[in-house]
Amino acid sequence: MNTYQDKIGHFPRQLEDESIYIMREVAAQFERPALLFSGGKDSITLVRLAQKAFFPGKIPFPLVHIDTGHNFPETIEFRDWLAKETGAELIVRYVQDSIDQGKAKEETGKYASRNVLQTVTLLDTIEEFKFDACIGGARRDEEKARAKERIFSVRDDFGQWDAKRQRPELFDMLNGRIAVGENVRVFPISNWTELDVWNYIKEEKMEIPSIYFSHKRQVIERDGMLWADSEHLNKEADEIPFEATVRFRTVGDMTCTAAVASDATEIDVIIEEILSAEISERGARIDDKRSEAAMEKRKQQGYF
Amino acid sequence: MDILRIATAGSVDDGKSTLIGRLLYETNSITKDKIEALETASKRKGLDFLDLSLLTDGLIAEREQGITIDVAHIYFSTPTRKYIIADTPGHVEYTRNMVTGASNAKVSLILVDARQGLVEQTARHLSIAAMLRIPKVIICINKMDLVQYQESTFEEIKASLTELVAQTTFEGQEVSFLPISSLYGQNITTKAEHMPWFTGNTLLGELEAFEYAETLAHAPARFPVQFVVRPMTEAYHDFRGYAGKISSGTFQVGDAIRVLPTGQESTIATIEKFETKLSSAIAGDSVVITLSTDIDISRGNTIVLANDSAAPQLKDFSAQVCWLDHQALTPGKTYLLQHGINITKAKISQITERLDVVAQTATEGVDSLKLNEIGRIALRTAQPISADVYAKNPSNGAFILIDEFSNSTVGVGFVQ
Repeated sequence: MNTYQDKIGHFPRQLEDESIYIMREVAAQFERPALLFSGGKDSITLVRLAQKAFFPGKIPFPLVHIDTGHNFPETIEFRDWLAKETGAELIVRYVQDSIDQGKAKEETGKYASRNVLQTVTLLDTIEEFKFDACIGGARRDEEKARAKERIFSVRDDFGQWDAKRQRPELFDMLNGRIAVGENVRVFPISNWTELDVWNYIKEEKMEIPSIYFSHKRQVIERDGMLWADSEHLNKEADEIPFEATVRFRTVGDMTCTAAVASDATEIDVIIEEILSAEISERGARIDDKRSEAAMEKRKQQGYF
Repeated sequence: MDILRIATAGSVDDGKSTLIGRLLYETNSITKDKIEALETASKRKGLDFLDLSLLTDGLIAEREQGITIDVAHIYFSTPTRKYIIADTPGHVEYTRNMVTGASNAKVSLILVDARQGLVEQTARHLSIAAMLRIPKVIICINKMDLVQYQESTFEEIKASLTELVAQTTFEGQEVSFLPISSLYGQNITTKAEHMPWFTGNTLLGELEAFEYAETLAHAPARFPVQFVVRPMTEAYHDFRGYAGKISSGTFQVGDAIRVLPTGQESTIATIEKFETKLSSAIAGDSVVITLSTDIDISRGNTIVLANDSAAPQLKDFSAQVCWLDHQALTPGKTYLLQHGINITKAKISQITERLDVVAQTATEGVDSLKLNEIGRIALRTAQPISADVYAKNPSNGAFILIDEFSNSTVGVGFVQ
């Protein structure tokens, strides 16, 4: 019934106003907030919103990146460029350090990824800098457990999320009061959909990492999906890399994000692809497929 | 209207989650991989049909018990607009989550099981919709398939609700009745082939046609200051801007303004949205306002128009409250009151009455309000708040109460 032409470029501006309001509440209510930056389109959108919220002032909190060591090089390059461009402070902490300190253990087998491990590094980083609020780019349309998340989500000392203890959030009133040791995860683009984010990127003419656009890359085929070949991927003998024209719809680690075959080199084409795609965004996230409640379980343990 | 927020309500097993699943399914909002996951999960439960309710019941405990515990937010869009559905729990003990989910809604969908008709929760949810001043209520008589799609059943239920609706509704609220079957997709997005006797719109048709008269822009102008922007850079050395989201009304460059509660006056020099300079801004806009003179304004102050002599400053007032916490509201206790972004201490001097939202009666002389109960209280704040009467200006008339020790949000209030 809906044609994609109707939806291209229709970004509801009200969403931006609401998100900017949330950004300002974070800066006002907390002493040491941070913006968790992954290099993906959602966190790039967050940086844009923060820029707008405090203009002509600078973004009053640092961008924090938990580097798994398995990131796409293009993402890292983009991260450094964006920090410079916006003048924001950039803090990077490494999952490799957590592994070296014996706090996290590398997974084994062909599905090994560092996705779960980054929670350890994240919690340590929160403790190191005594962050009381961490802004993240999660959206409620991504996944079922995320759909129940508040905008201000209180986490205990261990970073744990308790679905039954969530504070009622009424109208636009955000209660960020916490006890010592607790912190709040803040999700300013909760109410945005994947399409909203793309339409916003288009309207704002924002820069995004090149891997979102079609390019040639060595990949392997596994479980009906295309995986980027890299030194971090544990390949089996019959998984022979070949070159394909692909792009990434969502950007996580190289070991847990699948590519889609695509010729899209422009944002309009990407939006068309999303509207006609048969697979949802997180369908390309291998980490979510571990079980039906995979996300809820990881969130309980402090994952984003 | 770019976005329409909807809240669903109903008793347990009225099929809310199925209704939402159906709405998503029929508006092509579900991707193929999600439908496949749904097929697998449905089969695992031993069902021979697609259990659309599994789309929204996301928490482990919810799937175990087959009920909705917490508010889930669901999104779909049509060429007309973007829709945000707050799928709220049906259980009495989760009424607070229902109030939470419905607080931003402009349309309330109340489900009624065609076999059961009017139940306690129907009355409760109608009252809550009225308390929140939700401008449109659609009462969906669901599971019509189980009563052989009989017109007489629909008409009987409708008649039994008429008196209750008359009691709860307020001027300007639209209430309509709709016979549907979520399971078989009757009257959701397409006309019900099994109910040719029903000549009204489908559910989606009603939603698409709904236009909420944007009265907010014409309400009294209120601008709560969220954050003071002082870059102190070379380029913006003397820049001092007040950032916030206009809660109601319209502000224009050149307007004479007054700051509450200090009473200082000035004139609006600029209204800015990032790099754009605007000539005016309305309710809902997140902007930065600069003034022509340097005056002392801090977070929590409210900017109003200088000629608005009726702009409120409340210290002693009464309010309707819905209690959200396991620990009951007790008179004499001090709470933190958050009105918009402004926080002050508040003492509850008295609970004037408790409302029975089902029987529509009030009991005076009560000494506590328990979880999910609604009542009227008298309170006194440490600092005056610039809140309007909720019924007159909903976007500036609500507040939350926070427990000073647990930091939880324990109640929601509506200034009367």
